[in-house]
Amino acid sequence: MFDKLDQIFVTALHWLVSFVPEAWRPLASSLICIAFILSVFPAVFSVTTIFERKGIGRIQNRYGPNRVGIPFTKIRLAGFGQFIPDGVKMLTKEDIVPRAADKVVHFLAPVVMLIPVLLAYAVLPFGKNMTITDYDAGLLFFFAVGGAVEVSVFMAGWSSRNKYSLLGAMRAIAQMVSYEIPLILSAVTVVMVVGSLNMNEIIAHQNQYTFGIAHWHVFTPWGLVGFILFFIASLAESNRTPFDLPEAESEIIAGYFTEYSGFKFALFFLGEYLGMFAIIGLGITLFLGGWTSPVSFLTWIPSYVWFFTKLMAIVFVFIWIRATLPRLRMDQLMNFAWKFMLPLALINILVAGIWHYMAADWQRWLVCSAIIFGAYAILGRGLMQNQNFGKRVYRYAE
Amino acid sequence: MTPLQACLLISALLFAIGFAGAVTRRHAILVLIGIELMLNAANLNLIAFWRFGAHPEALTGFIFVLFSMAMAGAEAAVGLALIIAIYRHKKTSNLDEVKELKG
Amino acid sequence: MSPFFIITGIVTLLGAAFAMSLRNLVHCALAMAVAFSGIAALYLQLDAQFVGFAEILVYVGAIAILIVFAILLTRSGEAPEKSVLTSGWMAGIAVSAMVFTMLGWAVLNSSAIPKETPPAPVATVKNVGDALMTKFVLPLEIIGLVLTAAMIGAVIVALKEDSQKSKSEDGGQQ
Repeated sequence: MFDKLDQIFVTALHWLVSFVPEAWRPLASSLICIAFILSVFPAVFSVTTIFERKGIGRIQNRYGPNRVGIPFTKIRLAGFGQFIPDGVKMLTKEDIVPRAADKVVHFLAPVVMLIPVLLAYAVLPFGKNMTITDYDAGLLFFFAVGGAVEVSVFMAGWSSRNKYSLLGAMRAIAQMVSYEIPLILSAVTVVMVVGSLNMNEIIAHQNQYTFGIAHWHVFTPWGLVGFILFFIASLAESNRTPFDLPEAESEIIAGYFTEYSGFKFALFFLGEYLGMFAIIGLGITLFLGGWTSPVSFLTWIPSYVWFFTKLMAIVFVFIWIRATLPRLRMDQLMNFAWKFMLPLALINILVAGIWHYMAADWQRWLVCSAIIFGAYAILGRGLMQNQNFGKRVYRYAE
Repeated sequence: MTPLQACLLISALLFAIGFAGAVTRRHAILVLIGIELMLNAANLNLIAFWRFGAHPEALTGFIFVLFSMAMAGAEAAVGLALIIAIYRHKKTSNLDEVKELKG
Repeated sequence: MSPFFIITGIVTLLGAAFAMSLRNLVHCALAMAVAFSGIAALYLQLDAQFVGFAEILVYVGAIAILIVFAILLTRSGEAPEKSVLTSGWMAGIAVSAMVFTMLGWAVLNSSAIPKETPPAPVATVKNVGDALMTKFVLPLEIIGLVLTAAMIGAVIVALKEDSQKSKSEDGGQQ
């Protein structure tokens, strides 16, 4: 019974497609999958904006939005309906384009941001047999379309003819390019151990259970380090705190989307959050087992439930980090990427290679953990040498 | 016209456009863009012959294109570094004005 | 030839033509990015999946950004004041027209073009990896050395002459 529940979306797709004549079936199947993505992920986006505002509010010891119900009715939702008036506000605001702006490029920038981000969802496995296109080189496709987002950031910043927009765009591109390297290198460790770039094969490699616990990559030394590096790099790729210098309000107004209002700003906002979900989805696939369950006695829960639970859990951690940590300065950010994360990612590749070639017993755990711990300690100490932190002194107003 | 001939014509036209831009335009970076287009045309040619020629399972054209892309990346980086160094020295990136060795 | 192939070819050629003829350099760079994506789509139609994705990753994601950074660092973002064409541009156009004519004639009338289309080759990542590690391992190692040399060279050439380190475009090339 639970298998049928697990495959309910796949059987629904086949049933819907069977109404269409034979020659049009691939097109109909693609259109239904596209409709699925375009309806599910903006809904997840709306829910995330609410949880973000209320969650950040509560962590900062205040209420978030707590009054909005569903408009025009008497249903009270204590703030959970906030996304409805927010959406209406963004869609009805006046679309202001600066007079000196480059009109074509200014118009195309949000579109060029949104299209690669939506393309990236085509290779994510949402459940068992639920990948839309199962490319042989699916992981490479994901990173390729992730690289195309940088062009849209530049287009947005340059076409506004505003020096702050341009500065924000340059910073954002420098940050994205710098953090793309540890991101890809930490994914390379998974590819090395699994032996394939195919997402479903990566999940199949993690779908084994020993003593009831799954063989997720995050439970191995190289996988833990790889997951942490991937997590930090995905915070930077999505321009979230602590890496949100390019778009922080107190720094540079809004960075590269200063001159955008109304629907175009809504598209940028949507594109940023969708990009966040896509890259978290990839992290879940690579390190957290995708749609598999962590313990063997819970495999009866449907696979898509597991995927979206993990997605919302990591989104919650993103929101938590945003409410807690201060922002990094540009040079601190770049130092961190090039001098700490890149060497650690390279050493992680070495450790993954050692793991793959040693025999499967307790010694390889010891050797790999020792190498990683030693590398982390040396890099951390080496980078902290130039900073002299004295004893903390409190000054009161007396 | 076979698909191979169509691909080869597209690549020849792309090469001609890149060549025309590289020898006609005044700005150094546009010459580099023309060079990149010419390299891409050659890569397209290689992939077309790999796909439609003999022994595609040997993957020779395919691997050649991968290395050609890596070389194009390296050459773009060094070329742009040169353009920036020349701009810093001569305050211009107009190729008609950097025709003297006197520095 | 499917209509999709013709449309992709036209988009690529239009992108290349705009890249070489627009006045504003940033527009040229963006048109070049369109041309690169068109070429990547052509690769995907020729069953070369890995090369197509690598083209987007390398060219659109890195080289286009590199060129854009260089345009901004050499202050060429504004519209140029005089003619954009070099002296002797007519000879350049004539030579490139002759090149295309010769190549086109050779393609259409050559007897070395095979007449029938072979079936689609299997270029899985595993086959590419095997080929790279067995038959082509020497070029692989050499390209590693070349990329390292290019990276170090680019940093040194673009370094400021006083002892401050400039933000070089090493960050734009991966």
